[in-house]
Amino acid sequence: MRWINRNTRGHLQAGSPVNAQESRRNFLKVIGGAGAGLTLAINSPAVWSVSGSVSKSPGPDSGFAPNAFVRIGPDNRVSVVIKHVEMGQGTYTGLATLVAEELDADWEQIDSVGAPADAKRYNNLNWGPMQGTGGSSAIANSYQQMRFAGATARAMLVAAAVQRWEVPAGEIAVKQGIVSHPGSNRRASFGELAELAASLPVPDKKSVRLKEPAEFSCIGRSLPRKDVGKTDGTAVFTQDIQLPGMLTAVVAHPPRFGARVKRFDAKQALASNGVVDVIQVPSGIAVLAKDFWSARVARDKLEIEWDESRAMSKSSAQMMAEYRELAGKEGSVARDDGDARGVLANAESVIEATYEFPYLAHASMEPMNCVALVEKDSCEIWNGEQFQSVDQMNIGKLLGLPADRVKLNMLYAGGSFGRRANPVSDYLVEAVEIARAKTGTPVKLVWSREDDMQAGYFRPAYVHRVRGGVDAEGNIVGWEQHIVGQSILSGTVFGQSIENGIDHSSVEGASTLPYAIPNVRVELTSTEEQVPVLWWRSVGHTHTAYSTETFLDELAARAGRDPVALRMKLLADHPRWQGVLKLAADKAGWGEALPKGRGRGVAVHESFNSYVAQVAEVSVADDGSFKVERVVCAVDCGVPINPDVIRAQMEGGIGFGLAPALVSAVTLRNGQVVESNFHNYQVLRINQMPEVEVHIVPSTAPPTGVGEPGVPPIAPAVANALAAVTGKRYHTLPIET
Amino acid sequence: MPITINVNGADHDLDATPDTPLLWAIRDHLQMTGTKFGCGMALCGACTVHMDGQPIRSCTTPVQAVAGRKITTIEGLASPVAEVVQRAWNETQVVQCGYCQSGQIMSAIALLERNPSPTDGDIDAAMSGNICRCNTYQRIRGAIKNASKQLA
Repeated sequence: MRWINRNTRGHLQAGSPVNAQESRRNFLKVIGGAGAGLTLAINSPAVWSVSGSVSKSPGPDSGFAPNAFVRIGPDNRVSVVIKHVEMGQGTYTGLATLVAEELDADWEQIDSVGAPADAKRYNNLNWGPMQGTGGSSAIANSYQQMRFAGATARAMLVAAAVQRWEVPAGEIAVKQGIVSHPGSNRRASFGELAELAASLPVPDKKSVRLKEPAEFSCIGRSLPRKDVGKTDGTAVFTQDIQLPGMLTAVVAHPPRFGARVKRFDAKQALASNGVVDVIQVPSGIAVLAKDFWSARVARDKLEIEWDESRAMSKSSAQMMAEYRELAGKEGSVARDDGDARGVLANAESVIEATYEFPYLAHASMEPMNCVALVEKDSCEIWNGEQFQSVDQMNIGKLLGLPADRVKLNMLYAGGSFGRRANPVSDYLVEAVEIARAKTGTPVKLVWSREDDMQAGYFRPAYVHRVRGGVDAEGNIVGWEQHIVGQSILSGTVFGQSIENGIDHSSVEGASTLPYAIPNVRVELTSTEEQVPVLWWRSVGHTHTAYSTETFLDELAARAGRDPVALRMKLLADHPRWQGVLKLAADKAGWGEALPKGRGRGVAVHESFNSYVAQVAEVSVADDGSFKVERVVCAVDCGVPINPDVIRAQMEGGIGFGLAPALVSAVTLRNGQVVESNFHNYQVLRINQMPEVEVHIVPSTAPPTGVGEPGVPPIAPAVANALAAVTGKRYHTLPIET
Repeated sequence: MPITINVNGADHDLDATPDTPLLWAIRDHLQMTGTKFGCGMALCGACTVHMDGQPIRSCTTPVQAVAGRKITTIEGLASPVAEVVQRAWNETQVVQCGYCQSGQIMSAIALLERNPSPTDGDIDAAMSGNICRCNTYQRIRGAIKNASKQLA
C-alpha cells in the first residue's frame, strides 16, 4: 500500500527551503538532521512506489551533498535532484545526464528525484527568481548549472581519494562511478568516498573544470530514461496519492463561463453513500466523500440553481465572424519593415487568405487533480508541479500564509502540455479552497474528463488575415499579417511583458518571420472573452507556423517556385533554418516522383531557439479522405544531449500537432463548451499516426529545448502536402477536405 | 451486502455499491493505483484490465458484472507474454508521461496472447482504443513488434 506516513512529513519540513548563502556545513546539518537521503527520497515519486527507494537511500548523517543537485550515499547511489517537472518530456533523463557526464558516474547508479519548491536553489535560470517549467527551457537553463554540480561533486570525490590514499590529484582517474589510482592499483566507489568527501570544503567554482565536448561520454548518447516505474504501474501520479483519512472531492462547476451558484440543495447528495460533506467554494459546489465514485454519484444528486446573468453567451461562429471583421481593421503593430501596405497596393500579384483556428484543450491523459492538506499555519500540496513559485504565491495569498509555508511535493505529471503552469493556479486553488474547510484532513480533488475538458484555459481561438505580393520576376515583395484573438498574458502576473499592445506570445513565429522579404507588417488585435485561455504546447507557434508556412507555399506557387528552393533562397541569412530544411528535404527525397494521389509538403519553423523542418507525405483517396503516411523531421537543438529523447519528443510533437490539424477543436454554443470527452474532442489515435523519421543536426551550439519545437511545423507541412495533391488551400483547422 | 471480486488471484470483499465501476474498486478500495482513470466512458483505454484474459475497460464495468471472474491488473501480471511485453516497452523506450501506459501494456498483452504475430492492421485495431496524448504510438507499434519477435 502506498501512503505517506505522517511521521515522515516532519523530515520533509526539515529539508525544505535552505538559504543559498548558508554555509555548506549548516546546509548539511539541516539536510543531515533529517537523514540526508531521506529528505531527497521523500520528494521522489519513487518513495511511493513499491520499489523501496527509501531503503536504498543513505542513512542519517552519512550523505554527501556538495550542492543542491547531487546526493551520494554510502550505498553508492547518486541522486540527482531535478528542478523541473517530469511530464513526459524526458527532463529526469536529460538533466541527470548532465550531472552524470561531469561526475563520471555510472548511469546505472543514478536516480532522478524531484526537487522541493525552493526558488532560491531551484529557480529557472531563464526566468529569474522563479521556479517553474515551460518554454522548452529545462535543458537550456540547466546546461551549465547541472554540469557544474556534477563536476564539483567529482572534484570533491577526487579530493577525498587524495586524502585517503595520499597520492597527487593528477594521478587519480574517475570513470563510470569508480575513483582509481592506477599507479598503486587502488580504487573506490563513490559510495566508499562519500562520507570523507562530505567533510571536505566545496571547491571554488572557478577551480572546477568542465569537460570539452570531445570528452563527453554521456552527453550525445541515448541513455535509457530515468523516470522509472511507468511500465509496471508503480510510478506515482497525483491521482495515485493515498493519505490516511484522505477525502476525495469532486466539484460541480457552472455550466457556462461566468455563471455562479445562486442557491443549492445538498440534501440528496449528503444522504448518498459514502458522502462526508458538501461545501460551497468560489468555483462551485464540492462534494467530499470517502472515495471518488461516491463523490461522483452524489454530485449528480445536487440541486443547483445557477446565476447566469453574467455568463458567457457567445457561440464560436459569432466569435469567428467578429474576429474576421476585426482582422480587416487596424491592429497594434508588432513588426513593420519597409512599407508592406504600399507595396501590396501596387504589386503585380496579391494573394489574401483568412485563417481560422479554434480553441484547443490540452486534454492531458491525467485529468487535473491535486491533493491538499491545510493546517493552521501551513499547507502541503501533492501535484505534478510545473509552476512552483506561482502556485506557492497564489496559495499563500489565499490562506494568508507566506509563500514558503506552502509545501509542494513533486510528483510525475500525467501530461501537461502547458496546462499545469497556470498563472492563477486554478485547480490547485480550488483544492485548497476545499481543504481549508477541512483543516487537518487531506483532500484529493479529482476532475472528471468532462470537468477537465470544459474548464477552459484553452489555447485561444484566432483569426489571421494574411496578404502577400509577388512581383513580375516572382519575388515576394510584401507580407502583411493581422492576428486577432485573446491574449494569454493579459490580466495575469505576466501581463507586464505586454508592450504597446503586443502580447508576444500571440504573434511569435509571425513577428519573427525569418524570410528575406523586404516589406513585412504584422499586427495584433487582442480580444477579450470570458473564456480562460492558456499556453498550449508551443504557444503562439501553434497558429503562426500554420499561417506563415502555408501562406509562403501559396506565394511560392503563385511565383512558380519550388517550396524548398524558395525557402532556401529566402533563408540565406539563416543557416540553422537552412540546415534543418535541407536535411529534411534530402532525407525525404524531396523532388522525387510519387505515385498518383500522394503528395509532399514542407514546413520549417524556429521556436524556443530550436529549429525544426518537417516533410509530410500524404495519400488522398478518391473520396477526398486522406492519411498522413510519413513524416521526415530534422531538428537542430544545439548539442544533442540524448538523441533518443530528442527523437521521442519530435515523434510525440508531430502526433500532438497532428491532432488540431486533423480532428481537435473546442467549440462554444451559447457560451457552453460543446465538447466534453474524447468522443467529441478527438485526439490522435494510433491508426492516424504516421511513420516518423527524425534526423538530428550535429551541433556544438548551446543546447535548446525539444518539448515544444516539434509541434509547429507538422500542420502546415500536412496542409502543403494536401495542396500538392488537391490544388486546394486549407485556411481553417482542423482541415476539412 | 459486500461484493466479492477476484483481483490478481485474490478474493476481495468490497464495501461498495454494485454499480461502482471496477476501476474505482481497484483504485480506491483495493488501493492498486497502476490502473488509471482517463475518461470514465471507455473512450481512452487508460483503465484497461483483463477479465479472464480479455481486455476490458474497467471504468465502465460495474463490480457486480465481474463477480466470479478473474481480474488481472498491471500489478498482477505474471505471464511469459506479459514479461516480454514489459521488457519490449523498456527496450523500445516507449514511455513519456507514462499515465496511459498501464492501459497500453494491458491491451498489447491481450493482443499478443491471442495473436503473437500481429500485422500493422491488427495492431491498429487492437490499440486504437488506447489514447496516448504524448503520442508514443510509433514506439508502441515498435514495442509490440519487438515483443512479437521475441515470442516467435
